[in-house]
Amino acid sequence: MRDFTLDFERPICELEDKIDELERLADNGQTGLDGEIERLRKKTDKLRSEVYSRLTRWQCVQLARHPARPYTLDYINRITTDFIELHGDRSFQDDRAIVAGLARWGPHRVAVIGQQKGRGTRENLQRNFAMSHPEGYRKALRVMKLSEKFGLPVVTLIDTPGAYPGIGAEERGQAAAIADNLLAMAQLKVPIVAVIIGEGGSGGALALGVADRVYMSEYAIYSVISPEGCASILFRDASRASQAAEALKLTGRDLLEYKLIDGLIDEPPGGAHNDPASAAKEVAEVVTAALDELLPLNHEERIEKRIDKYTRMGTWIEK
Amino acid sequence: MTPWFKRSRERLTTTSKRSIPDGVWVKCDACGEILYRKELDRLLNVCPKCRYHFRVPSDTYIELLLDSEGRTEHDTGLQAADPLKFRDTIKYPERVAKNVQASGMSDAVRCLTGNIDSRHVELAVMDFSFMGGSVGSVVGEKLCRAITRATKAPSPLITVACSGGMRMQEGVFSLMQMAKVSAVLARLSRVPQPFISVLTNPTTGGTTASFAMLGDVCVAEPQALIGFAGPRVIKQTIGQDLPEGFQSAEFLLEHGFLDMIVERSEMKKNISTLLDLLSPNE
Repeated sequence: MRDFTLDFERPICELEDKIDELERLADNGQTGLDGEIERLRKKTDKLRSEVYSRLTRWQCVQLARHPARPYTLDYINRITTDFIELHGDRSFQDDRAIVAGLARWGPHRVAVIGQQKGRGTRENLQRNFAMSHPEGYRKALRVMKLSEKFGLPVVTLIDTPGAYPGIGAEERGQAAAIADNLLAMAQLKVPIVAVIIGEGGSGGALALGVADRVYMSEYAIYSVISPEGCASILFRDASRASQAAEALKLTGRDLLEYKLIDGLIDEPPGGAHNDPASAAKEVAEVVTAALDELLPLNHEERIEKRIDKYTRMGTWIEK
Repeated sequence: MTPWFKRSRERLTTTSKRSIPDGVWVKCDACGEILYRKELDRLLNVCPKCRYHFRVPSDTYIELLLDSEGRTEHDTGLQAADPLKFRDTIKYPERVAKNVQASGMSDAVRCLTGNIDSRHVELAVMDFSFMGGSVGSVVGEKLCRAITRATKAPSPLITVACSGGMRMQEGVFSLMQMAKVSAVLARLSRVPQPFISVLTNPTTGGTTASFAMLGDVCVAEPQALIGFAGPRVIKQTIGQDLPEGFQSAEFLLEHGFLDMIVERSEMKKNISTLLDLLSPNE
């Protein structure tokens, strides 16, 4: 049974449960159920594609935050081999909201870095709900510099509500840490590929998100502010988050249309949490293909192209 | 029920306040001192009693820093588009139009080529009166062009930040301006030409978390609020009061994130000396 279902997932889940039940009966020797099971399967697929073809942006936010959604380490464990985690920023402490390490990603040796959400309260407290302190960004930067030194490309997996807003974070320079990463990533000599796998929460996400190629999983979101934060500031009412989500245009499809990202990565029917293995396979292939393209370029050319890409972002009227 | 010992009638009111014409006297936001407007202007809007630096329009900073000869303002024709068709209480283009009308500026930053003590510089001054100095595509592009001019000239770059952060109404377009401005700064840093970042009250959010903290030298005005998350958000998150002086320029200096705090009246002299010391073409 599932621990958590979203409202719009429920009718689909109910059908799936019914199919499970019938399959159990069939396994126990009851005959003549095949037709019914087949009928229900078709019905489920139809309902699912209906629901997912007209998802609202708020439903997309809910999927991006789904507690069963695969997290950074789930992807790392499914995709990479020889993963060795590296800890600490060599200055203050190890921030467990970000994981960083070396691994083999298909044919490539890479540094892989990403925010890590926890499963359950205890782990979430350790991971600080994937909201990094400055030392998390500094650890990320340290590992990027390490990979630059040894010519390894960097893959980042982004999934955070945002940088942590707290006293310690400010005392230790949250803003400076993020700014340093933006500048360093813009001119890192090795290829960088970023994938927003869940929540792309503002500056805290961007601090791992300046890259030659930026992809978003189909139901991931990327936003300048959380829908709740936007609603409470602009509409003076945090409960109007669904309205804010619509206004912010924060889905992968929106951002692809605006050319603010380089591509969308398909998720399995019903979202990544329904089939983490194929979700991981898609991510693995897209990133590998991007690295295949990026690695042959010389680093100066790659950096110029990367900077040029960002200078084109924006829209204005010039009189 | 009203207790018998409380005065039930309206208190006597004085009319003396009303007899002062509007705008002649100003009350200091920090110490409450009553100041004469003209005197305050002469003092660059710094309270003579407590040294509180009043927020000033971009004009003041341009006058303060640049020599009067040889100024050219750039990109004044850039105006915000509305890529998201954003609407909060009013439509975004309406909000922009109102701000354009009220401020006389096209957006929240003004960029000029000019001279500081006869040294050629690129200057970008933000203005809080335009939508809280928020950074959208126009501010990002104008900064980007200023940095590119500095890179090509080559000449030093000075930015004066005064901003609440990224502009929500342009969504991820705004967020990407952080990356855009930082990326072109990477080009300037390879020339190299000095980049002096001046942080004024307030500098928060993505503005701090991008170019404002990337100066070769970071200078702040006294008591300026500088941070990433706004104090209200932090208070809400942690559920406790914030320590006295938290996120002030003095707090940041103490924690090692600023090179110095400089009074407005000394700003030009300081920047000029810094440029003398850093400039590669001496």
